Amino acid sequence: MAACIEAHGLRKAYGATIALDGIDLRLEEGRILGLIGPNGAGKTTALHAILGLAPYQGELKVLGRDPWTERDRLMRDVSFIADVAVLPRWIRVSQLLDYVAGVHPRFSRPKAEAFLAKTTIRAGSRVKELSKGMVTQLHLALVMAIDARLLVLDEPTLGLDLLYRKQFYDSLLSDYFDGSRTILLTTHQVEEIEHVLTDVMFIDRGRIVFARSMEELESRFSEVRVHPDRAPAARALQPIHERQGFGCSILLFDGVDRQRLAALGEVRAPGIADLFVAVMAAQAAPAPAAVR
Amino acid sequence: MNAPADAMPEALAARRAAPAAPPAARPMYWSVRRELWEYRSIYVAPLAVAAVFLLGFSISLIRLPGKMRAAMALDPVRQHALIMQPYHLSAMAIMATMVIVVLLYCLEALTGERRDRSILFWKSLPVSDRTSVLAKASIALLVIPLLTCVIVVATQLVMLVLSSVVLLASGLSVTTMWAQVFQMSLMLLYHILTVHVLWYAPIYGWLLLVSAWARRAPFLWASLPLLAIGIVEKLAFDTAHFGALLESRLKAGPEAVLATARSLPIDPGTHITPGTFLASPGLWIGLVVTAAFLAAAVRLRRTRG
Repeated sequence: MAACIEAHGLRKAYGATIALDGIDLRLEEGRILGLIGPNGAGKTTALHAILGLAPYQGELKVLGRDPWTERDRLMRDVSFIADVAVLPRWIRVSQLLDYVAGVHPRFSRPKAEAFLAKTTIRAGSRVKELSKGMVTQLHLALVMAIDARLLVLDEPTLGLDLLYRKQFYDSLLSDYFDGSRTILLTTHQVEEIEHVLTDVMFIDRGRIVFARSMEELESRFSEVRVHPDRAPAARALQPIHERQGFGCSILLFDGVDRQRLAALGEVRAPGIADLFVAVMAAQAAPAPAAVR
Repeated sequence: MNAPADAMPEALAARRAAPAAPPAARPMYWSVRRELWEYRSIYVAPLAVAAVFLLGFSISLIRLPGKMRAAMALDPVRQHALIMQPYHLSAMAIMATMVIVVLLYCLEALTGERRDRSILFWKSLPVSDRTSVLAKASIALLVIPLLTCVIVVATQLVMLVLSSVVLLASGLSVTTMWAQVFQMSLMLLYHILTVHVLWYAPIYGWLLLVSAWARRAPFLWASLPLLAIGIVEKLAFDTAHFGALLESRLKAGPEAVLATARSLPIDPGTHITPGTFLASPGLWIGLVVTAAFLAAAVRLRRTRG
């Protein structure tokens, strides 16, 4: 499939602070990519460059267009929810629908109204009268009714309670994702999006430190829970990370045969969060076993 | 999770064939409407002033027949002044409101959306920064002046009808009054178009530019730098050209608008001189400066997320 986002040597500096330090990235259409990184790693800066909200250095094409010079044209095919609560507080729900229907050629008003009918949001309410969860539902209803080719979500569920967060990702998958759209999202709640993603990327200090598809991740990485007396044997296989838990060592391996590991202890596929910790630890103290 | 592979090309094809670009006027139209939704004071304030004025005027109607009889004894010029006084007052009250509303609007227009971060939402839609800024400029340059004209004329019409009823009931004539007020309305339209739209355009442009630039306190940023330039010029060269330039822009229009200088445009005996006004270089320099200010505001809105 064609590349939805393609970046080469993407750089962005705010004064002396380097927010993006030469990023190369290629995202094919039809993928769901999670961009994960600590605070200040450059996630939002990268998304802003992709959405044409900030200038950058280097090469960047989104759906074949330069986002900085063609933002308004690009936004017919891209929709995004940037952070939370950016809907204007003074606007009425009905005005919001009128406005988006007026300016967006790919917006389906009936679809948005159908989403809203499932919520307690009334057309006459102003955004400032809605709860945080309702504002997110409203924004999501708008975005889902836009027939976009790329959807970008920056911490879409920040500050929401568990119930809303679960609903959010459920409707994202069941109502929106059809296999041809591309979704790019960032979040701190890695566990919640794990089952949604097809690809994962870790970003740290403006650099991409890890980029794998989920299939690759599941076939290459294994986590083994090893009893202390077998730990030296396990360490000989060069784990990329080790942590302690419940009196056992939990070791993370990259590309080690599962059969061999099974002899040492209980083997399972690692979660993204564990992998993230391992990769970040390797970044902090570059060891020979650093994952690249 | 994934749609069947053979369904994908069809979904893509359907999306490619989706409706073409909307005509360029549509985003503009909706951007202007959004401004009216957000800044309701644009029409609420002048309407409220008009309503209060009409209330006061209705009360004054009791004294109207007596006043008209007294006016009969006066010479034509003073008679005219007496009859027209409430109409002048209504026009001035509503126009003063307009000036306040338009200044506050321009200072807030591009600051507010960045302060509440809703700019991230507006920018997620296919509306260019140029369209957004031009929509805001057209509120100041077209919508508010036009609305003011309509409200002033409507208020005066109500006043005329009310006075006519009272005067006719007292057996007095109303024809001169109607003719004089009609003439005044035409003068008012001319005044608003020449002074408040064309001559003041660079002021609105400047305020919109500051509003796109300032993170907070746009009023201070709009006024203090101008003061600073004037002071520095005075200290450095002991001249006051910048101050003179500002003053000529701020006073109620260039002398070229009307044949009799320094008089109210709605006074009797003034003659409009549109030819001289259109030929004055100050007008055209001002419009070029306005365009430059607005272009800079568009650039700033793009970079200042």
